[in-house]
Amino acid sequence: MSIVKVEGLGISFGNLPALKEINLQVPAGGIYGIIGPDSAGKTTLLRTICTLLPYKEGKVEVLKLDALKDAAVIRAQIGYMPQRFSLYRDLSVEQNIRFSARLFGVNGKEYASTLERLYQFSKLQPFAGRQAGKLSGGMQQKLALSCALIHKPELLVLDEPTFGVDPVSRQDFWDILHALKAEGISIIVSTPYMDEAQQCDRISLLFKGKIIGSDTPAGILAGWKGHLYRLETDDPQRLYGYLKEDLRLGDLQLFGSDIHLGSEDALEDAVFEKWQKGCPALKSWQQIQPNMEDVFLKMMQ
Amino acid sequence: MPNLNRIRAIAGKEVYHILRDSRTLAIVILMPILQLIIFGYAMNMELQNVPLAISDLAHNHASRRIIQAFEQSGYFRIIPVAVEDFVPEELFRQRKAQATLSIPRDCGEERTQMLLKVDASDPNTAQLIQNYALGILGGGAKSGLLDLRPFILYNPDLKSSFFFVPGLIAMILVMICALLTSISISREKEMGTMEQILVSPVSALEILLGKVIPYILLGLLDAFLILGVGMLLFKVPFAGSFVVFLGFSFLYVLCALCLGLLVSTIAKTQQAAMMMALGITLLPTLLLSGYLFPIPSMPAVLQKITLIIPARYYLVIIRGIMLKGNSVAELYQAGLSLIVMTIVMLIVAVKRFKLRLI
Amino acid sequence: MIKTEELTRKFGDFIAVDHLNLQIVRGEIFGFLGANGAGKTTTIRMLCGLLMPSSGRIWVNNLDVAKEGEKVKKSIGYMSQRFSLYQDLKAKENLEFYAGVYATPRAEAWENTLPLLEQFGLKESLNMRTAELPMGYKQRLSLVCALVHNPPLVILDEPTSGVDPQARREFWQVINQLAFAGKTVLVSTHFMDEAEYCHRVIIMQAGKEVALGPPRELKQRFEVQNMQELFMKVAGGINAKLK
Ligand SMILES: Nc1ncnc2c1ncn2[C@@H]1O[C@H](COP(=O)(O)OP(=O)(O)OP(=O)(O)O)[C@@H](O)[C@H]1O
Ligand SMILES: [Mg+2]
Repeated sequence: MSIVKVEGLGISFGNLPALKEINLQVPAGGIYGIIGPDSAGKTTLLRTICTLLPYKEGKVEVLKLDALKDAAVIRAQIGYMPQRFSLYRDLSVEQNIRFSARLFGVNGKEYASTLERLYQFSKLQPFAGRQAGKLSGGMQQKLALSCALIHKPELLVLDEPTFGVDPVSRQDFWDILHALKAEGISIIVSTPYMDEAQQCDRISLLFKGKIIGSDTPAGILAGWKGHLYRLETDDPQRLYGYLKEDLRLGDLQLFGSDIHLGSEDALEDAVFEKWQKGCPALKSWQQIQPNMEDVFLKMMQ
Repeated sequence: MPNLNRIRAIAGKEVYHILRDSRTLAIVILMPILQLIIFGYAMNMELQNVPLAISDLAHNHASRRIIQAFEQSGYFRIIPVAVEDFVPEELFRQRKAQATLSIPRDCGEERTQMLLKVDASDPNTAQLIQNYALGILGGGAKSGLLDLRPFILYNPDLKSSFFFVPGLIAMILVMICALLTSISISREKEMGTMEQILVSPVSALEILLGKVIPYILLGLLDAFLILGVGMLLFKVPFAGSFVVFLGFSFLYVLCALCLGLLVSTIAKTQQAAMMMALGITLLPTLLLSGYLFPIPSMPAVLQKITLIIPARYYLVIIRGIMLKGNSVAELYQAGLSLIVMTIVMLIVAVKRFKLRLI
Repeated sequence: MIKTEELTRKFGDFIAVDHLNLQIVRGEIFGFLGANGAGKTTTIRMLCGLLMPSSGRIWVNNLDVAKEGEKVKKSIGYMSQRFSLYQDLKAKENLEFYAGVYATPRAEAWENTLPLLEQFGLKESLNMRTAELPMGYKQRLSLVCALVHNPPLVILDEPTSGVDPQARREFWQVINQLAFAGKTVLVSTHFMDEAEYCHRVIIMQAGKEVALGPPRELKQRFEVQNMQELFMKVAGGINAKLK
């Protein structure tokens, strides 16, 4: 069963097409990722699914209801967290969460237990009495997330939820998403973090308003053609410069202190040894399996 | 020394904001006109269709003429009341009539005494009703003929517009100008854009001047709009010169804009700025500027307070220009007072303006 | 280039930054890491003169920030964590506005920013309303706006949040170019692969320094493979204690 079904959706702003010929089937009860570069149209797509944008071309069905005709019914059953969520800056952390809870009719025991769970992830409990406007940027984002997660709708749509959230909290947040999924809630999420994309059950790659592929993360990774090498170095900039400028290699990406090098053919050790002579910053190399970020970067080229 | 380039940058950006935000622009232009029209007609003290019950015991030529005079005046609507129901207090209580007139049997003879009772729960209206009624009776009784001509004297409409249009120009201008600058600064604080300006080397004076300059034009535009509508709709005279009006209005607008700046150094949010700007402009201008109540008849303390109400000076100026055709020679003192207030407020605002976030 | 001495900031009783001693040299890329609420932004704002320290002192270019704020501000390009350009202005108008605010002549401002605009693919979007730009492009524009006056010190508060992986790499290319050209760059981030590109990083926790040094040295000291693990170990460990 699919919880969201999009067929031939097209949206333009003025004469700029934002989405073209979108076909999408989101199975119920999973985490579905929408991945794509800035300006690909992720937010537009999510907004349409949440019945917030009208469209002329195509068809959008959410929970088996038509997104144009039954917007009110759909909205009552989904939770949406926009990219730029606004909090009540003059209310305290706790008051903000309680307000959301009341809005969605969450009370009593359920409220208390969910709140505790959310505090574990957000680590905002010590600041429960602080005004939202006086929190740091990431803390505000976590508060907004907590407000969105306080109730349990059938479908949760999150637009770049971990914007500015620190790595530790990010992992805790994904633990919550997995727990929600275990309770049978469907989740659609967009994210610029490729490690998060890898945690989704299925993802769609959105590029220039078009979906260029939908699959499980494993399936997408399996589509990788050629070989990928990780070069370890103590001076990534220098090595990158050497490979790029001097050797004119194309398929190069910086990954922290490593460099990933793609190649159509398998590369012999001798090749690397020769490079090492040219640039001693190269310490070691090994062939690796691509990760989602490799795929994303390749798609961008 | 303030850097002109920086002021120009801020003022230029402000112009973009004004032009882009068509809704605010519409409000700034339409609101004064609407306000003038609403205030104008609400303050318009012309009566219409006052329910009047008449008990006519005479039933002769004279009494009929009186009744007819009331009917034709347009100010009164005669409501039919049976003789036995004619109990004025009861009619007032049930809101069936606002005034009653008892015409005695001897109507038409010398020294007829008629009894006019008026519901004075709204004293202003009661006063007006009395004046109108006396006017009608006086006209009808003396001439013995029906002559509506004297009634025009009692149409206060023409007179009150002389009085309220200048006052409204003063009030609406100070209100809108104070709102404009205070909101535009507090909005930047709220949106977070102020942070990006504050890291640059701009000084408080540069920011404030840059914020004021574009709104001067808008304020002056409003001044002429209200004046124009006032002249058109309410037939106020304009005896003086437009150049003098422009010059003094410039001073007043500047003063009001600086008042807004001062507000913005206190208010943190747009909402607070709005409330504060309205609070310190609306009622004080209405009550303490000499608009509604003459200053000489106020208690001494209040008289002192009126000295810091900008509208007090502007009212002198604008009434002088519009009604008396005053020129600079007669008005320069009031103008100087405005200049002094503007400078003081600007200095205080610069001193208070925080170049830091908290 | 930057020196702080026992830098402290309190909000009421709450200590957001706690006796921080930093020394950052010219041409360095210095990273601020730490959990949400650790005090990165508060520190950065004090360096820019946006917040007064509760105690302690700051020197930028041997100038005391408390005393010679205006001179210091001229030498800083700052990009705030919260998007703070004017949404109703066109991209180009925002650029021109900041050039004006820094009293940089138009021609010079364009000279400073044109290569960047091209590199970021922003040149085509110059006439678009800022509000209509996608998130990642807004961030790019913010960075360019911070550089209109060609400042020797560039302070970026989470410049790459909400930016896609490809663009993050472009951001870092620019940051490297800046450092290469002798500018000092301070940058905060939650992406641990970016932490690797910094010459030195500080990891903050509850306003205090918990680790400071070049990434390579820190990885050795804490016996971890990469900055991600380091962060989890240093910041995550303390978080676990909080629970
Ligand atoms: N105006 C303020 N009033 C009270 N507390 C404040 C204020 N500003 C910041 N704080 C507090 O100071 C602490 C540090 O905030 P800061 O913004 O420096 O964190 P940060 O490290 O930048 O976090 P993030 O990664 O989320 O951006 C937080 O606990 C925050 O709530
Ligand atoms: Mg921060």
